[in-house]
Amino acid sequence: MSEETLNLKLRIWRQDGPSSKGGFAEYPANNIPTDASFLEMLDVVNEQLIEQGEVPVEFPHDCREGICGTCGVMINGRAHGQEKATATCQLHMRKFTDGDTIEIEPWRAAAFPVVKDLVVDRSALDRVIEVGGFISAPTGSAPDANEMLIPKDVAESSMDAAACIGCGACVAACPNSAGQLFTSAKIWHLNAMPQGQAERYKRTEEMVETMEQYFGSCTNHGECSEACPKEISLDFIAYMNRDYVKSKVKNRRLAGQ
Amino acid sequence: MTTLNSKVPEGPIAEKWTKHKFDSKLVNPANKRKFKILVVGTGLAGSSAAATFAELGYEVEAFTFHDTPRRAHSIAAQGGINAAKNYPNDGDSVFRLFYDTVKGGDYRSREANVYRLAEVSVDIIDQCAAQGVPFAREYGGLLANRSFGGAQVSRTFYARGQTGQQLLIGAYQALMRQVGLGAVKLHTRSEMLDLVVKDGEAVGIVTRNLTTGAVESHAGHAVVLCTGGYGNVFYLSTNAMQCNVTAAWRAHRKGAYFANPSYTQIHPTCIPASDEFQSKLTLMSESLRNDGRIWVPRSRDETRRARDIPEAERYYYLEEKYPAFGNLVPRDVASRNAKTVVDQGFGVGPLKNGVYLDFASAIERVGKDTIEARYSNLFEMYERITGENPYEVPMRIYPATHYTMGGLWVDYNLMTTIPGLYAAGEANFSDHGANRLGASALMQGLADGYFVLPYTIGDYLAPKLGQDLVPTDDPVFTESVQNIKAMTQGFLDINGTKSPEHFHRELGKIVWNYIGMARDQNGLEKAINEIRALREEFWKDVRVLGNADTLNASIEKAGRIADFFELAELMARDALDRNESCGGHFREESQTEEGEALRDDENYAHVSAWEWHDADTPQTKHAEELEFENVKLTQRSYK
Repeated sequence: MSEETLNLKLRIWRQDGPSSKGGFAEYPANNIPTDASFLEMLDVVNEQLIEQGEVPVEFPHDCREGICGTCGVMINGRAHGQEKATATCQLHMRKFTDGDTIEIEPWRAAAFPVVKDLVVDRSALDRVIEVGGFISAPTGSAPDANEMLIPKDVAESSMDAAACIGCGACVAACPNSAGQLFTSAKIWHLNAMPQGQAERYKRTEEMVETMEQYFGSCTNHGECSEACPKEISLDFIAYMNRDYVKSKVKNRRLAGQ
Repeated sequence: MTTLNSKVPEGPIAEKWTKHKFDSKLVNPANKRKFKILVVGTGLAGSSAAATFAELGYEVEAFTFHDTPRRAHSIAAQGGINAAKNYPNDGDSVFRLFYDTVKGGDYRSREANVYRLAEVSVDIIDQCAAQGVPFAREYGGLLANRSFGGAQVSRTFYARGQTGQQLLIGAYQALMRQVGLGAVKLHTRSEMLDLVVKDGEAVGIVTRNLTTGAVESHAGHAVVLCTGGYGNVFYLSTNAMQCNVTAAWRAHRKGAYFANPSYTQIHPTCIPASDEFQSKLTLMSESLRNDGRIWVPRSRDETRRARDIPEAERYYYLEEKYPAFGNLVPRDVASRNAKTVVDQGFGVGPLKNGVYLDFASAIERVGKDTIEARYSNLFEMYERITGENPYEVPMRIYPATHYTMGGLWVDYNLMTTIPGLYAAGEANFSDHGANRLGASALMQGLADGYFVLPYTIGDYLAPKLGQDLVPTDDPVFTESVQNIKAMTQGFLDINGTKSPEHFHRELGKIVWNYIGMARDQNGLEKAINEIRALREEFWKDVRVLGNADTLNASIEKAGRIADFFELAELMARDALDRNESCGGHFREESQTEEGEALRDDENYAHVSAWEWHDADTPQTKHAEELEFENVKLTQRSYK
């Protein structure tokens, strides 16, 4: 813990609404303690703006411990900033240097229209989930949990994928605004498990095709995984593609064609 | 003071729930679609309830102020979820989980509710496993368990350190399946700002669309609040920034009694605040106390680095005071002792507001690799936040507000004192008494949503078959909409000088200082006066900028703080009225010779439920007497 402070120059994207024109506004951020988090730095700036009678900057945030997936902005062109495996709320100001200029923008993707300033609408991610990102198990119908054996490494692999927090950094970081990392993480979380087999190929086909309605195409840049605060692996995209190809055969056969 | 009817069914405790389910009226499957249920909040309780209602065939509308249901703060729970499965064959049972939970709550919870919670806990694990929650497994593929929070059996199921996240995602996915099927209408970025009551029954809610500012009416045959706890009244807490009491509080203002508001839980192992800019506190898993030794320097004027202070000049206060339990005393005892040494001036860190949690001797004993294997994720998190390496220097920790046991009063059916209004999860007061045990919050949220409400709500709805919804142009709706619009515009019109954040921070200081870990009569009376004065200043001097017809976090915040002011005052009144210590509520005037919490079962073995009048008239207290037929009341001791 240190008592140091930073003086910074911020260039923040301001935009009134989805259809208004936006632009950068410059604000000084002075005497920012290095122990503050990035979002606490924005809190301080907003307090100053309010004091000066200026409308504060809207930015997405909630849990501030890296798990809810609400926060996320482009920091100097990078989703969640330069630190690996770190959501915006877990990025601390000691990672910056006195005198830095920091450019802060909302997630950039056609699928994520700007709501206001740094806040975007990520509901396209929910549209992908609602067509197949689940196991149909109505309440009360479950057998005893230990009747189904799940090998430890299978549960671990599923958990690696299930760790996704749905922040959308993968889409924002991708030059094509593709949704593959998010979608494949959910598909693998469920397809890996014995419980997920009954709906495996229906799920895969419907989720992939819904994803394609909203998001761009994947061209294997790998920026998604680089930006991911939970380091979700690119492998899941390969697993998804494999299951998607299979689904085209399996789902047809089941349809009797 | 009147007596409240908890509607606990007759009969032996183990048969109450089964009998009650049979005695409850049913709604014919074909008729369920004729009823509309509004579910507010989409955390564990809300998502699980909304999904289950829709599966049963009810028409459901779900509301969340987040951009998607998956963001609710249930997601941040780390440790695990209890269930009386007894898979490890170590002597657990429904009765033992029930017993431990009543005792852990310091004998201030309702036996029948807690028994039901323990009973359905086993079904929760089955349900979640079937949904694909990736619980930890043994090599043979069976579910893994661990002991948690000092429990003497291993009954906690977990998914790494992200159990809350995985359970919430399971419930969220069940909910989204129903949304995809068209069975649930989902309203995101919609904040409930009023409960609409007609002829004494809940008939709908009024919300503000946080994106457009539109104030909207929604009618339902029943309203279910799953809107979480009120820990953010302390300003600094482990809650998410947007957690608030507004939905529950607005219901309280419409007649729902608010129970035991003074029961708040302080978690002992959080990272201390570093300065005024601090926006929240981060919890470090309690498991750290298994290997860390807690101490402060013996001298108040100590300036040396921790490493340079010789053993003889260190005060291992928990080990000295509680030789049997040492650093593993329960949460409330560990927290209060940390406060005592810091208040006496022995605190460490630049602000002298923490105590050391030192791993040096554990590293010496078992090696750095072992400590790394056990806690590396926590050590990384600590270093990320503080910039200090806990392998080299001791961690600094201090207690922080974590969970609130109080909430809307509900009967055995989880119905509030307003017919047709239900409360579930942390929003109600029901199952944890005066102190919640670790790994019990996730269990309660899902029990309420998956397995309790789906049965009990039918009993209320069945006789209403054929009854139309109250039209949203009825005066009860239009008046409420007018009031909410006026309140929203009112914040913009005050045009004061200080931000909503300023008032929240100042309120938090009062609540923490006087209604925090230890309370006494003088402090509580002082708190009431200071809260009132600050509240008055808030309504005259808050500065909310921008417009009401766009996203405007300042408007949202101002409304939530307005409610926190009223809640804080009630917390103080409740703490003042409860002249005993129990669980998380510690009255300086009521302690044993050793300084432990001393209950007064003769006068306070009851739930205090408070009835609203208006902002300037103190609430009236109603009591629900607690009867203990299956659990023996004892004084806790950890010496």
